[in-house]
Amino acid sequence: MIIAEQKPLDEIKSMIADYQKVLILGCGTCVTICFAGGEKEVGTLASALRMATKLDGQNKEFVEATVQRQCEYEFNEEVAELVQEADVVISLACGIGVQTMNEQFPGKLTLPGLNTTFLGQPVEQGVWDERCQACGDCVLYLTGGVCPISRCAKSLLHGPCGGSQNGKCEVDPETDCAWHLIYDRLKALGRLDLMTKLRPAKDWSKARHGGTRRIVREDLKLQEVAPRA
Amino acid sequence: MKSGSNLERVLEEGYFAVTAELGPPKGGSAEFIRRKAEVLRNCCDAINVTDNQTAVVRMCSLAACGILKEIGLDPVMQMVCRDRNRIAMQSDILGAVALGVQNLLCLSGDHQKFGNHPTSKNVYDLDSMQLIRMVRDMRDQRTFLSGDKVTSEVPLFIGAAANPYADPFEFRVARLAMKVEAGADFIQTQGVFDVKKFAQWMQMVRDQGLDEKVYILAGLIPIKSIGMARYMQKYVSGLSVPDEIVKRMEQAKDAKEEGVKICVETIEQLRDIPGVRGVHIMAVAWEEIVPVIAEEAKLLPRPIV
Repeated sequence: MIIAEQKPLDEIKSMIADYQKVLILGCGTCVTICFAGGEKEVGTLASALRMATKLDGQNKEFVEATVQRQCEYEFNEEVAELVQEADVVISLACGIGVQTMNEQFPGKLTLPGLNTTFLGQPVEQGVWDERCQACGDCVLYLTGGVCPISRCAKSLLHGPCGGSQNGKCEVDPETDCAWHLIYDRLKALGRLDLMTKLRPAKDWSKARHGGTRRIVREDLKLQEVAPRA
Repeated sequence: MKSGSNLERVLEEGYFAVTAELGPPKGGSAEFIRRKAEVLRNCCDAINVTDNQTAVVRMCSLAACGILKEIGLDPVMQMVCRDRNRIAMQSDILGAVALGVQNLLCLSGDHQKFGNHPTSKNVYDLDSMQLIRMVRDMRDQRTFLSGDKVTSEVPLFIGAAANPYADPFEFRVARLAMKVEAGADFIQTQGVFDVKKFAQWMQMVRDQGLDEKVYILAGLIPIKSIGMARYMQKYVSGLSVPDEIVKRMEQAKDAKEEGVKICVETIEQLRDIPGVRGVHIMAVAWEEIVPVIAEEAKLLPRPIV
């Protein structure tokens, strides 16, 4: 899922400096699961902002709401009225939700209350790790199910590099060396042959480097009905 | 002959090769390069020029190598995958060939976290393995990575790194074999302090016959001070500095002298290991010690080939 974390309160405060009535809009999907932008966090942020702005001698109004999925228009329709009434919206969704809101309500500015950080997985209570970079050309079938693109600091296709020590990455001693994990896994599976093959240069055009990506599924698109003769 | 560089000829004729490292300045002084190069001129067969080592911005390796060619020396241009994509790499390689550079060492590169621009974006369009293969194809097939034709020869003697001290140890030789398969002609290893472990690695290298397929130059890092020994032992990952070395440095009356002694003894031990075809001395910001070490290790005079 998409992992995000809340921006520092001061940054949010400075973003809303020029606005009076602020709608704080959460999202019920990924960011709820990772405790960054669900209903509960909307409430916490609203309280914090009420207190902080009052201490600054301001009299701002904060309205709270959360939609099920901020990245789809139909869910945001439910709060259209609240959006109209507000001077500005702080979205506690990922960057996709923020952009959806700005597109859907062009007359209103929606600001990001979170930093969208990565695609990842909760590994223990309160800890999330990156697992995917959406590179568009999955290599997990070559690497025993461990992603070197997102989990190796250099995104190497032939690791581990000389900085792999005791199973850890030289960049951060708390982080596992992805290629050491791949080695252990392939060894256990009896498939080290996968690791000693030379791989061609990766096609990064399928990643973001080819420009903004789009998927079109003709089979899913609504067909235009031919007018009756 | 792959390129006919001085280094290649020395190795081809069976001499025990010596290379030394030159770190470019944090400035644009050609005089700096010439001064350091003159110190190294008569005590090595080729001079490695680092490519923004430890991700600290310095004069580019390409320009510094061009300066070395002007004064009649044989540079080994180091190229890392951190800062350039395949377009820039191939372009720089052609530029290097135009300046007469004949040796290229292909490296992943230190992560930018360790340098003076830790907030920069890294590239890693290719990794070191793919860089080696790309250079080999430019040289032997005269093709770019895209398949387009290169319109000149690309005579380069291709180098790669190997670290016997990184983990998993048992995979290190397999990875070396991949570099050889990719196209490496010579190898310069991480600095050796733990000779026993290095010998063990070399045994595995010989067991696979790799010493017959690639020239292996063992890396050496002369220790200048006790602080440096302690720092390398504790903080530089990919290095293995035994306690005994640190203790010797601590007990020495003259730390620099002891550092030289350790280095010379290590070279003597390395020469006895079958398959080691030379040494690569990385005297970081201490180039003037290389002639002293070469002399004491009886590596002088260097052959004229």
